[in-house]
Amino acid sequence: MNLQLTEDGRLRHLLTLDGLPRAILTQILDTAESFMDVGEREVKKVPLLRGKSIFNLFFEPSTRTRTTFEIAAKRLSADVVNLNIATSSQTKGEAILDTVDNLAAMHADMFIVRHAQSGAAHFIARHVAPHISVINAGDGRHAHPTQGLLDMFTIRRFKGEFHNLTVAIVGDVLHSRVARSQIHALTTLGVPEVRVIGPKTLLPTGVEQMGVKVFHNMEAGLAGCDVIIMLRLQNERMKGALLPSAQEYFKFFGLTPEKLALARPDAIVMHPGPMNRGVEIDSEVADGPQSVILPQVTYGIAVRMAVMAMLAGGATA
Amino acid sequence: MPASLPDVDPLIAQLAGAIAPVLTPETVIVGIHTGGVWVAERLHALLGCKQPLGMLDISFYRDDFSRIGLHPQVKPSNLPFDLEGRDIVLVDDVLHSGRTVRAAMNELFDYGRPSSIRLAVLVDRGNHELPIRPDFTGLTLDVPAHQNINLSRLDDGHLTLSLA
Amino acid sequence: MKIHIKNGRVVDPMSARDEVADIFVAAGKIVGNGHAPADFHANRTLDATGLVVCPGLVDLSVRLREPGFEYRATLESEMLAAAAGGVTSLACPPDTDPPLDEPGLVEMLKFRARNLPGPRVYPIGAMTQKLEGLMLTEMAELTEAGCRAFTQADAPMTDTQVLLRAMEYAATFDFSLWLRPQDVSLARGGIAHDGAVATRLGLPGIPSLAETVALATILQLARQTGARVHIARLSTREGIAMVRAAKAQGLAITCDVASTHVHLSENDLVTFDSHMHLVPPLRSLRDRDAIREALRDGSIDALCSDHTPVDEDQKQVPFGESAPGASGVELLLPLTLKWAREMGVPLLQAIDLITWKPAQILGVPGGNLQVGSCADICIFDEAAEWVATQKTLASQGDNTPFLNHPMQGRVRYTVIDGHIDFEAAH
Repeated sequence: MNLQLTEDGRLRHLLTLDGLPRAILTQILDTAESFMDVGEREVKKVPLLRGKSIFNLFFEPSTRTRTTFEIAAKRLSADVVNLNIATSSQTKGEAILDTVDNLAAMHADMFIVRHAQSGAAHFIARHVAPHISVINAGDGRHAHPTQGLLDMFTIRRFKGEFHNLTVAIVGDVLHSRVARSQIHALTTLGVPEVRVIGPKTLLPTGVEQMGVKVFHNMEAGLAGCDVIIMLRLQNERMKGALLPSAQEYFKFFGLTPEKLALARPDAIVMHPGPMNRGVEIDSEVADGPQSVILPQVTYGIAVRMAVMAMLAGGATA
Repeated sequence: MPASLPDVDPLIAQLAGAIAPVLTPETVIVGIHTGGVWVAERLHALLGCKQPLGMLDISFYRDDFSRIGLHPQVKPSNLPFDLEGRDIVLVDDVLHSGRTVRAAMNELFDYGRPSSIRLAVLVDRGNHELPIRPDFTGLTLDVPAHQNINLSRLDDGHLTLSLA
Repeated sequence: MKIHIKNGRVVDPMSARDEVADIFVAAGKIVGNGHAPADFHANRTLDATGLVVCPGLVDLSVRLREPGFEYRATLESEMLAAAAGGVTSLACPPDTDPPLDEPGLVEMLKFRARNLPGPRVYPIGAMTQKLEGLMLTEMAELTEAGCRAFTQADAPMTDTQVLLRAMEYAATFDFSLWLRPQDVSLARGGIAHDGAVATRLGLPGIPSLAETVALATILQLARQTGARVHIARLSTREGIAMVRAAKAQGLAITCDVASTHVHLSENDLVTFDSHMHLVPPLRSLRDRDAIREALRDGSIDALCSDHTPVDEDQKQVPFGESAPGASGVELLLPLTLKWAREMGVPLLQAIDLITWKPAQILGVPGGNLQVGSCADICIFDEAAEWVATQKTLASQGDNTPFLNHPMQGRVRYTVIDGHIDFEAAH
């Protein structure tokens, strides 16, 4: 797993939060804090990555995530090239490694990779030249480390500390790379109780071995929580062998004001987006005073800037 | 080359004296992290400046970033005023190559277009690499290239210069 | 050709013999064991001092990739690799393209193999046409063409009624069916053992239940029909327990495991190395340890390589997109020896799992060193240390999870049908 660290413990790639030392997570969050004000300036740019070429390599379409990476890279003055490979050469059968080699020949400095297969970012990171960094922007069900980091940044901004929190992650953990990254980050940062809440069909085998408490009853799981993270339920999973219907799911696992009232009164509500209102979350909660869903988006840019700057500069831990 | 370096407080007082004539109520003082901010804080108090003190962390603007990377403790820049049309006194502790001042000016311009920028440094140690010269200088020294002159702050807040 | 194998440590599981002796070979047969026959003049004397002389290995699953997958490996390359691994007889599964479901294809394969140096090739016929699991093949015709047993290989068996009919039909002629237990629905979409590691890595899981549910069906049908069934590539602790119990109840079944699964587990997946993408999936350490123990206590009858050369292009992709399987015919011996060393199992018992026992399962000559038997002999240096690399392995498939791993135990000579088909350079 040390593919993402150099021998002297610096960040070389960001592929997963699994196994990243707490010092590095904290350093990323601290660095992100210092990037926060760049977005509020007249010129929303710093020249840190001037002359660097960053390639958004999206083998799976995602306008949202790609855009936040693009904004982050541009605020660092990097040149950004977007490649939606899902719709270009991959369909012509070009192998991933050929695509990567071709882009490397164009003097890429960084690849931001999204792929439907778990481990795809690891695979690319293993093959790139030493000067190229890889950021995993989501691989299959495995990891989405920058999302996990921006969620930690959000929690720290609103709650200050991690060591006294109870955090619940609700919904489709089975298919969620976001949930996996969150669990690794929360446990590494010292959150004493991380809960996952969902029906048995949506919780993966042995998830408790990742250091979480499992709840199948949402009311019990939300009691006393400081942070509630709702996961997105993909359309294709709302009806079938995993769940009978979106309606029944919402009734038992959707976040409503009534269920939210079971958590601590100052609990915050998070969602990685895009939301399915009325499926995993009630609009009243999504738009309510406890929701921090929009700040999450804002923070996402600063966090991604921090990661890119640390990778490009090879900052010390 | 003096055997011992002079006390800092009189140097700052001397700097303040030099700056005072050009200071208007609209002039802002901006210190560069970390030593420049210490000096700027003193000047700000000595000159009774009406405007809030500005602070710059030029980590994001360094031209040696790709070689040495991001400083692990970047502090946010804090310029609590509109820069547009302002007269700025930019303060640093030691002027050496001039690269820090260049980065600071680049950053300032990303916040707006000041009317003027004047540079005040506690020590001008020579070995400039850019066409940047101070407008106000506390002390001019000829320090050999292999040596460094540093400003440090003691626990009691006292500032001292040292040669290493 | 007359060969005198001199002063080796003769390990013959069939006769439970383990002692230093000379072996004499003439006209493709073992003509002397301990004492030279009268008037024996060797053309070649092999000094086996310090070496082990055992029956040639019998590997129950080696994919030669012909016909259809010649870009992955060829008959020439893989038979050479098998000989280099000490293998003198191999069973070749029918998952070629087209599958071995017609006598003509089987005859062609046997003809091609007979004209090449290397081990005896025993095709395993397809149990259903095109391996589609719907219509039975002409098992009797295929048997006449040279098939030793019938199997679906890794192709799914979706229809239990067809499986029942296949067993009934095979039992009619006393043909053997080799079945890998995996419920196709429970395994659907999966690429790794459904456990803590797959959960952590976000790899879709294949639960142990996929094996045990299918195994329960197979065992029940075997009881009912009396068919001769060999369970191929067992992978779970629970599955082993079921086989053990069925044997204890008197059901005449045999089973094998792949040598990879004796040493590796789901924990080896953590770097997403596609060389760890195997069928069945590498399971938990608990399962691996159960396999190791079941080999010792005899619940598992044989070890095979499940040799599956895969083109490197099909491994140079993300884990989930990679072609499963490992090349391994040359590692069967060292991996068996490694297990024996680690478990404190005597050499005689370890060699039994890759010679005499699989020869019986396959129902072929060889696998022993009795006078009068065919001269299929493996001579190896038990202590020789080497590293598995693209250079040291002859197979065209470089896709081994053990690439760059140190190995102990290396073949020096492979004698097949009285000919020295492999001789290590030294």
